[in-house]
Amino acid sequence: MPITIRVNEVEKSVDSSPDTPLLWVLRDELDLTGTKFGCGMAQCGACTVHLNGQPIRSCVTPVSVAEGSNITTIEGAASKAARAVQQAWIEREVAQCGYCQSGQIMSATALLTSNPNPSDADIDAAMGGNICRCATYVRIRAAIKDAATQLVQGA
Amino acid sequence: MSVTDTNRRNFLKLSAGLGAGLGLAVSLPASTKTESAATAEKQDSYEFNAFLHITPDNQVIVIIKHLEMGQGVSTGLATLVAEELNADWSQVRIEAAPADARRYNNLFWGPAQGTGGSTAIANSFEQLRKAGATGKAMLVAAAATRWGVNTADLSVNRGVVSHRGSGRRADFGELAEAAALQPVPAPETLALKSPKDFELIGQNLSRKDRGKTDGSAIYTQDIKLPGMQVAVVAHPPRFGGRVTRVNDQPALALPGVEQVISLGNAVAVVAQDYWSAKKARDRLEITWDESEAFKLGSADVMARFKAAADQPGVVARSEGDSDKAIKRAARTLEASFEFPFLAHATMEPMNCVALVSKDGCEIWNGAQLHTGDQYAVAGELGIKPEQVKVNTLFAGGSFGRRANPHSDYILQAVRIAKAMPGTPVKLVWSREDDTRAGYYRPAYLHKIRAALDEQGLPLTWQQTIVGQSIVAGTPFEGMIQQGVDPTMVEGASTLPYRIPNLHVDMHRVDLGLPVQWWRSVGHTHTGYSTEVFLDQLAQMAEIDPVEYRRRLLQDHPRHLGVLNLAAEKAAWDKPLPKGWGRGVAVHKSFNTYVAQVAEVSTGPNGQFKVERVVCAVDCGIAINPDVIRAQMEGGIGFGLSPVLMSEITLDQGRVVQSNFHDYRVARITDMPEVEVHIVASAEPPTGVGEPGTPPIAPAVANALANATGQRFHRLPIKVS
Ligand code: FES
Ligand code: FES
Repeated sequence: MPITIRVNEVEKSVDSSPDTPLLWVLRDELDLTGTKFGCGMAQCGACTVHLNGQPIRSCVTPVSVAEGSNITTIEGAASKAARAVQQAWIEREVAQCGYCQSGQIMSATALLTSNPNPSDADIDAAMGGNICRCATYVRIRAAIKDAATQLVQGA
Repeated sequence: MSVTDTNRRNFLKLSAGLGAGLGLAVSLPASTKTESAATAEKQDSYEFNAFLHITPDNQVIVIIKHLEMGQGVSTGLATLVAEELNADWSQVRIEAAPADARRYNNLFWGPAQGTGGSTAIANSFEQLRKAGATGKAMLVAAAATRWGVNTADLSVNRGVVSHRGSGRRADFGELAEAAALQPVPAPETLALKSPKDFELIGQNLSRKDRGKTDGSAIYTQDIKLPGMQVAVVAHPPRFGGRVTRVNDQPALALPGVEQVISLGNAVAVVAQDYWSAKKARDRLEITWDESEAFKLGSADVMARFKAAADQPGVVARSEGDSDKAIKRAARTLEASFEFPFLAHATMEPMNCVALVSKDGCEIWNGAQLHTGDQYAVAGELGIKPEQVKVNTLFAGGSFGRRANPHSDYILQAVRIAKAMPGTPVKLVWSREDDTRAGYYRPAYLHKIRAALDEQGLPLTWQQTIVGQSIVAGTPFEGMIQQGVDPTMVEGASTLPYRIPNLHVDMHRVDLGLPVQWWRSVGHTHTGYSTEVFLDQLAQMAEIDPVEYRRRLLQDHPRHLGVLNLAAEKAAWDKPLPKGWGRGVAVHKSFNTYVAQVAEVSTGPNGQFKVERVVCAVDCGIAINPDVIRAQMEGGIGFGLSPVLMSEITLDQGRVVQSNFHDYRVARITDMPEVEVHIVASAEPPTGVGEPGTPPIAPAVANALANATGQRFHRLPIKVS
């Protein structure tokens, strides 16, 4: 039986079995490939999306859990906080290979949405689950602070 | 026994022209278009040469022959062309080159296209500036013809050709069609700019590998072709295991599963999507023949290395008479260093899309060794290398992994695709496959013995390095000269310190394990052992470690330059809080000089944190300072993982680790503040993808020694 999920404000009916991780539904069935596969066991954060505004690891979230919820992926990240984060990422030239960055941006956006003025410790706590093998961490930290400043000034 | 797939006859011999240390570097960009789209776009652009196209709508397209793996090479190469073309940076786009060794070879490697050894910018520096200068001359010639004026009265500035007298102007797009038909100027007529006239080189230009903040950048993992199937593979539990029997019924019974294919050394499940394939793979019942499999544990490996180290090795460098000198020395010191296997653990696990048809084979991959991969695939299929079309995509990291001399995962994808001609197959490794299926930075053992003279300066240095060769049995085997494998000894055999009696030798222990270069290759371990041991000598001599290095580097101004700059910027002599320590390391790799000063804080129970790193780099002319800084930051963060936590261990041949919970890597919580200083230089540019990595481990170990009094001869470090 098809499952209905709401992705980036659009209703989607998917045929995957209910235990299929949301990640693979997004990537293989809905062709939303911005959300990445890195580990499949909630260790790296590459697959981070928002479920009703909360950051989740889509690689360990069965699609059935998402039924009836609002899912936001990097392709649909358009909130004020998301735009500020993306802009700061570009200005700081954070991305190297870029593979982890969709997940980083989704985690950072969730952080700034709930905490507009994060301390270093807050950043570490919110971003500690997102691995970047290119080790762009120095710039991630700086870009989050830039985005926070931007949001406060723009508000 | 070889556990790698070497049943290829068509080895491309890459020995010619390879310097020591082809390494890993980074890689590059990718065209995200399908073939037809790419062709369509080409028709809308005019080709000036192999590296430059201009479109009527005024876009300058630079063809990137190297892999964009995040190192920023696409930005650097595009800068070289744009500089001499006098293009406006905003009009510049990048496109990945096809595999074509004739047009796109690495000039340092002879007839092979590929990215490694931090050579991308260095080998292209003149070539791509000439490509830009050629384009400019043709644009000028076209404008002169169109306006009936003298070329001498035309100037080109930020993408516009203008005529002094009349004030006439035309952008590149308007001139492109006519310009592309102009005769190509002879290379000797092209005058390249003198560095003082550079307008783009040396600026922090924005990167060109875009789409990495909105999910639109396309990696191999994201390729979807009509009718494509996804393959997931079961690897043997031990390297060298062979398939004897497969019960595939439980797997085939699952929905979406297309086919199960035995590959001899692995079993592939092909299905309509990843999750279906993965579930089915987990249901395979496979019996493995492990009679030839590798069954040693990590401790057994180290024991074999230790036994070898006691025998005389193949001499990589010998000066003076170190045996004699050591006997009359005032003080001596000896240490052994142990380095574990390391996985690359790129963020994007290995993957490859392959399509085998009657005309040949097409692959989609973050291709790093285009030519080697073409030969390997051609050998597998019995076709010509030119029949292997390679579409190069952005790589989600490589650190050397995608430059596999055996083309391991690529051949695996091709073998699966061969069983399904006409169907594109995307091979996807899980993180567990990526961690366990090999191609590791080899484990190594180093022994160093040194003696000091009365002034406390080193009189002798004897170093023995033991491990498995990366290049033996590969197309890179020609790098081994007189038994010396430079990828094992580089950094030690090139020790810059003034030491009158110096002896470096090596032993190859052929374990048959799948090993490979890992960001900075031999320097990953030689940088550590030499810089930690030298620090110990300074301590024994009771001389400040920076001062000690200075005295021994008098003949090496560029080493000295980065050492002094890092020490100054780090305020080397400034006291630190209690429980903190400061350490230094300087190391040259791939012709780039890097010094780092690390500050660590220590806590109870052996805890410590790297708080701050000050890095100085001399890489010749800085093409893009911000990209250089990024590579130093990233190289430092990457090099921290093996200091803090990463190691692959073997238990009776089985790889113990499987995913990021047990193959741990540095996270944001482990990352220090990093400050990068670039030495101003007019020397030709050298690479930055790798050289930031070697100094961090010894700088941290030396800082910890400063804080705790302990020395660390095994990585990862454990403070007791
Ligand atoms: S892929 Fe989901 S956390 Fe790594
Ligand atoms: S940018 Fe490469 S893994 Fe983060």
